[in-house]
Amino acid sequence: MEISPDNLIYFARSPVVINATLVFTWLTMIFLVGVSAWVTRQLLVRPPLPRWQNVLELVVDSIYQQIKDITQQDPEPYLSFVGTLFLFIVTANVLMVVPGYQTPTGSLSTTTALALCVFVAVPIYGIRQQGLGRYLKSYLEPTPIMLPFQIIGEFSRTLALAVRLFGNIMSGNLLAAILLSLIPLFVPVVMQVLGLILGLIQAYVFAVLALVYIASATQVQQQQYPISTEGTNHE
Amino acid sequence: MSDLALIGAVAIVTAGLTIAIGSIGPALGEGMAVARALGAIAQQPDKTNTITRTLFVGLAMVESTAIYCLVVSMILLFVNPFWNYFSGN
Repeated sequence: MEISPDNLIYFARSPVVINATLVFTWLTMIFLVGVSAWVTRQLLVRPPLPRWQNVLELVVDSIYQQIKDITQQDPEPYLSFVGTLFLFIVTANVLMVVPGYQTPTGSLSTTTALALCVFVAVPIYGIRQQGLGRYLKSYLEPTPIMLPFQIIGEFSRTLALAVRLFGNIMSGNLLAAILLSLIPLFVPVVMQVLGLILGLIQAYVFAVLALVYIASATQVQQQQYPISTEGTNHE
Repeated sequence: MSDLALIGAVAIVTAGLTIAIGSIGPALGEGMAVARALGAIAQQPDKTNTITRTLFVGLAMVESTAIYCLVVSMILLFVNPFWNYFSGN
């Protein structure tokens, strides 16, 4: 039984290995870019909007609003990064119902790559917002004794992000495969629908957690001022 | 019993135990979280959006411990590292 699309190899010559994860990641990216390019070919400002422009605007605007609600900051700098993460994972998870499509998020390589993006993005946003010195100082924030734990936390939450997404999607696929061999009639369909909901929720959770990590890196300094936004959004 | 059979038996039993014991805690935790969230929604229906959002994120974080157990048991069953070691590479 295949546990991950990494084991499905299409083409291998010693330095280059093309496996299913790679192929379907690129297909997903081509799909996303293609749809966006096709919709934004001619944008209108006046009321009779093209239908698909409306859809795309709705998607972008709802992501914008969500980011605004969660961080209570200006969403503009985070929109592209978090929105891309969310849209990629959602597309990959929803296309799971297409027969023959191997979900790239069901492979630990993809989810690790996404989690590493978040791992790198957190200090970038933090330094851009507060400057290098103040960002590094935020590691010593409550007391310097906590420094090792802060650093461990930085790594372990990256690991958790990767394994969480992988585990959920992989278990969904595996469950569908096992049920298909046990009760091949109707039940796998219900499990697929459940898998769709699970995929959406996991994409949402991944994006929100990335956002919360980034926001906690950029907000630390602001909290010392009396007009602080409440700290309820931290982890 | 040969080495290979011993590894297989131990791996299967451990995988079952891992997922069985590892899902108790998250199940209890998630149940408590959902119960509290439902109570909160019943008391303040206009805060439903915020509560639901926080609940989902919290549930995902609680659930991740169960997912770790699942991944460990899957590794034990399907890509057990000791399997290749004893089966003569």
